[in-house]
Amino acid sequence: MKAVWTIARHTIRECVRRRVFLVTPVATIGFLGLYAIGNHFAFSHIGGGTTTGFAGSLVDQRALAGSTLVGLGMFMTLFLASSLGIFLTFSTIRGDAEQGVLQPLVVRPVARWGVVVGRFVGASVICAAYAAFLYLGTVLITWVIGSWAPSPLLLPGIAMTAAVEVVIALSLLGSTMLTALPNGIAMFMLYGAGLLGGLLGQLGKVLSSPSLETTGRITSWALPYEALYQAGLNYLTAGATGLTRVVVRLGPLGGATSGGPLLGLWAVIYVVGVGLGCIALFGRRDL
Amino acid sequence: MTIAFSTHHVVKRYGNTTALDDVTLQVDEGELLGLLGPNGAGKSTLVKIGCGLVRATSGTVEVCGSPAGSFAARSTIGYLAELFRFPPWLEAAELLQLHQELAGSQGGATERKELLTLVGLGDVGERRVDAMSKGMQQRLGIAQALIGSPRLLVLDEPTSALDPAGRRAVRVILEEVKQRGISVILNSHLLSEVELVCDRVVIISNGRIVAEGTPQDLAAQRGVEIETEQGTRVFPDADREQVPQLVAELVAAGRSIYGVRARKPTLEDVYIETVGEQVR
Repeated sequence: MKAVWTIARHTIRECVRRRVFLVTPVATIGFLGLYAIGNHFAFSHIGGGTTTGFAGSLVDQRALAGSTLVGLGMFMTLFLASSLGIFLTFSTIRGDAEQGVLQPLVVRPVARWGVVVGRFVGASVICAAYAAFLYLGTVLITWVIGSWAPSPLLLPGIAMTAAVEVVIALSLLGSTMLTALPNGIAMFMLYGAGLLGGLLGQLGKVLSSPSLETTGRITSWALPYEALYQAGLNYLTAGATGLTRVVVRLGPLGGATSGGPLLGLWAVIYVVGVGLGCIALFGRRDL
Repeated sequence: MTIAFSTHHVVKRYGNTTALDDVTLQVDEGELLGLLGPNGAGKSTLVKIGCGLVRATSGTVEVCGSPAGSFAARSTIGYLAELFRFPPWLEAAELLQLHQELAGSQGGATERKELLTLVGLGDVGERRVDAMSKGMQQRLGIAQALIGSPRLLVLDEPTSALDPAGRRAVRVILEEVKQRGISVILNSHLLSEVELVCDRVVIISNGRIVAEGTPQDLAAQRGVEIETEQGTRVFPDADREQVPQLVAELVAAGRSIYGVRARKPTLEDVYIETVGEQVR
């Protein structure tokens, strides 16, 4: 187990030290700045708070704008944190082996599974912290500028952080089969495919198309980071009531489904399964 | 004597390609073995099997009495790969610290300092790897391989990026390592280097051992050349002790002697003779 922590610490230090990761704080500042500007103009435009909808019912415009903005923030947070996770892991096995980085480590009395788990833990810690920072940052900005915060506050962020962990596990698995660049490309394509599948499912719901809904459901189970992300969005709008809830759910991020009570369990099984596959493939590989 | 490394009828196949074909060899404790052979002969594959990086198709490999690749075996090995790359963002001392942690070494800062000094990097412990020349990185690699006082040191082309002074420094390091009783397997193309430092040499070609022995045995005297006014006469079966008699006979036969030379091939001559077809 000591080796796992050593590799995990090594991964964390790599993220802090490598110049290529300097782009992360730059992108983060850019994103949060843009997000703050968006919040400023959106809430300035809203002014008071409620408008009257049909049949005299009220729509809470702050809740509408706030949930939509935080939802957009979550989309970007998932993208940025997943990107970081992919860049931290896409060359872990074959890429590092081809470069001669891996062999000196693996020759040491360290189990190969320890290298995989250590890498996963290191990348997970960094990306979870980063995703939490971004999520809480967006929530704080929206609360300061628009006096709106999601309720429940933490569940959307937790679901999204779990989604990033799934992406990291898939990236590690990919690294046992593909070299760095192909794996990086494949991971971003997979990431996009997952989101597309989720959107198709939402579209199917709106259009009452069973085929599209099934497509979305299969995608969610096959690539559970998408389902977790949707669950996070669903939590985001869970606090809205009445006509406000109806309007929010008509919005671009409002059609998200909860994923059901088994989603968390499935995500854990999925990550463990992917991890075991990664360990099995790495264990057999000649270096 | 304890055996540091042994292989018994080892075969390694990659698909239809046979990288190693029935290789059996042994390295004794404290012995410095040179592995020679052309590119693709199977030398790196052999040491990688020993280090647990590659699995043999058949046969057995043991390191200090434990199966190659096992925890026990890897605990006794120090390895510098032919193609290696250390994380460029690490400082030299940090790299050694990382390997100390993975190897379970308790040497701490003292060991790091001693090893960096041994390889001539004592004053650059805080320099990042990406600020080091290839030669410095190679010496750092040797220091890394020596972490935890291994019983078997496996060096795969450790001098390929070094200038003559650097190569000499590595020879000095190897002599020091030998004095510590550490066994060494040295893969190298630099025959003069192998001849100078190795106790024994194994030449591999096409995955098979084609010659084996001490550098002295391999490069033993092979005949005498005597230069007369009629040209150079070669006595291929003669040895040094027969020279006075041969000269006397030639003089008696009316020949004038201009020079006498015992034919002693270098290790390079032996190597070319043994694996010549592959070298061409």
